[in-house]
Amino acid sequence: MSEDGKLLLRSGRVIDPSSGLDARMDVLISGDKIELLAERIEVNAGMRVLELEGKLVVPGLVDMHVHLREPGREDEETIGSGGAAAARGGFTSIACMANTQPPIDTSGMVRYVLETAARTSPVKVFSVAAATVGLGGERMAEIMDLRDAGAVAVSDDGNFVGNSEVARRVMEYTRMAGLPFISHCEDPYLGKGGVMNEGYWSTTLGLKGIPAASEAAAVAREIVLAELTLARVHIAHVSTRAAVDLIRQAKKRGLSVTAEATPHHLVLSDKAVSGYDTSTKMNPPLRSEEDREAVVEGLRDGTIDVIASDHAPHCEEEKDVEFDEAAFGVIGLETTVGVVMTFLVSKGLLSLSQAIAALTLAPASVLGIKAGKMASGLTADITVIDPQLEWTVDPRSFASRSRNTPFKGWTLVGKAIVTVVDGKIVRQA
Amino acid sequence: MTGRKHLLGLEELTAKDIESILDTARSFKEVLERPIPKVPTLRGKTVANLFFEPSTRTRISFELAEKRLSADTVSFSASGSSVSKGESLKDTARNIEAMQIDMIVIRHQASGAPHFLARSLNCSVINAGDGMHEHPTQGLLDIFTIREYKKRVEGLRVVIVGDIAHSRVARSNIWGLSKLGAKVVVCGPWTLMPLEVERLGVEVTSSIEDALKGADVVNVLRIQLERQEGSLFPTLREYARCFGITRERLSVAKDDVLVMHPGPMNRGVEIAQDVADGPFSVILEQVSNGVAVRMAVLYLLSGLEAGDKLE
Repeated sequence: MSEDGKLLLRSGRVIDPSSGLDARMDVLISGDKIELLAERIEVNAGMRVLELEGKLVVPGLVDMHVHLREPGREDEETIGSGGAAAARGGFTSIACMANTQPPIDTSGMVRYVLETAARTSPVKVFSVAAATVGLGGERMAEIMDLRDAGAVAVSDDGNFVGNSEVARRVMEYTRMAGLPFISHCEDPYLGKGGVMNEGYWSTTLGLKGIPAASEAAAVAREIVLAELTLARVHIAHVSTRAAVDLIRQAKKRGLSVTAEATPHHLVLSDKAVSGYDTSTKMNPPLRSEEDREAVVEGLRDGTIDVIASDHAPHCEEEKDVEFDEAAFGVIGLETTVGVVMTFLVSKGLLSLSQAIAALTLAPASVLGIKAGKMASGLTADITVIDPQLEWTVDPRSFASRSRNTPFKGWTLVGKAIVTVVDGKIVRQA
Repeated sequence: MTGRKHLLGLEELTAKDIESILDTARSFKEVLERPIPKVPTLRGKTVANLFFEPSTRTRISFELAEKRLSADTVSFSASGSSVSKGESLKDTARNIEAMQIDMIVIRHQASGAPHFLARSLNCSVINAGDGMHEHPTQGLLDIFTIREYKKRVEGLRVVIVGDIAHSRVARSNIWGLSKLGAKVVVCGPWTLMPLEVERLGVEVTSSIEDALKGADVVNVLRIQLERQEGSLFPTLREYARCFGITRERLSVAKDDVLVMHPGPMNRGVEIAQDVADGPFSVILEQVSNGVAVRMAVLYLLSGLEAGDKLE
């Protein structure tokens, strides 16, 4: 960095969905702030200049759904390694889920995460805290306290709060705390013991299925309770047509319901499971082609607000086993941009602006964090994407400690090449 | 079967592959009828039988088939093994393979376990039943038996009755029979019917009377008693009343209907005593044919040339 700490991002295509900006511009960063966005900014001596002709300059990407495994499973990921993976993937802010060991269900744990992140992560880490003690679904966690310690949302994530009374009280508390309640919607009985989507492929492969109805039934309950409590409810990783329909109706009725979809649910169907590749085992499972198309349509029409990776690192020993035995989950921080650009933007399913909004403004707005926008005076969290860059997914080169991706060996077009956090380049390809 | 290294399921075989196995099995059946029912065909080859799930007939049938072909065999069962000490399937199998094994026969409770091994090992892998997925040699011996009696498979109405959802036998039968041109009908309570099963090309019904009408073959599946506890059907009594194969029910089938069962049977539940032991039953014949069919599979996967056959 130069003496006066100025960085000039020159001649990139600047896209900021929050202001509708999409133009070839220069961006001047001074210290940790964006000083100026202008068509042409004079280069002064000592300014560091990145020539970005043909590149996209967008607000720093936000992934509101990642698992960092620290504390408890540092062999799979740490807050530092997850942060490094985020930086490589173009994310400047990530929110980590509470299902660590022990879980993030006390203010002390929230502080531990935030302090560890400040020391070890190149990107900003926000904490999603547990909704119930020990993620057990029975006793509400100290939600006000968790918020005061810095939690930006509450969720039991992988554990759906099956007890509707508890879920109702959690929602009332999150409303009072001004936090969103993030729900992993899965009826705990339907599909119990299932390892993939129930349908033609589970029938063919002889694997126990999880019906699409298990998601829809749970989404329906959350919507009913959102109406009762007026809480802000965010539906995590939507995977089915029925859930998209329910969320669409809820939004039409003016309820405060938002939703996210993952790159893998947007691109892969349960057909990918044939061959028993455990890197296609995830929860919710990859659904039918019809479901996949409905999720894409939901994203197109705004029913689904956010693209989130649900980055779920697992070590090789937990995946290199029989399909029934394998852990659920795939990583995504380092492939999200490439997958979204290649299969949604390039194919015309999403406009560039829609895709960027789903990766910036929308998740920042759900979490209520200062991120996802680009304007003079705002914090300089910025991502530069090369939309033409063709690359092959090689998990061995990942910063994540885990390698469990279904996109291994795929050729993608589009990649984050520069990640700027608080005005500093934390990653440059 | 030319060029194939593994037998993982009937789904991936062509009709020609299946016919080639069945034709080879016929030759081996003749071997089994000789005074000394043994050939040196697989001398020098070593086969490991890895049974991670209890099995009596499949295991003995494979072991006999291997011995009749003069292969060296080793057998393994999960209890009292390194698996019970927490060793992974992959490590267990790789250790066994490291002892210069040519073929592995695996029975495992997880669907896809043989596919997983086929990816991890260099030797041939034969699926002896994986979870709810496939039991290809059972499917082959069923088809072999049908072909012996009916002289054809094409155009036959074959009814599979019972727990289709959890049955690997049903899946292998469906793939194999359909490929050879049979009309396959599956029948059972909806709770035991897998989703979208009709996309496998079968007719689906919960009416046993409709299913049996004009049937050439009835393959009766075993009802696993623990399904009752999972509330997949109310009681054994009611199941027997609604779906049990009785002589009376069989009256709407063809006069020369064949009754099959992969065993072990729950007499009086899915199959009445007098049907199991009656004139239409070929249940014991299936067991006998199993050895010949497994000999054929072992032989065809061993990579031997046609001229080496049966000497």
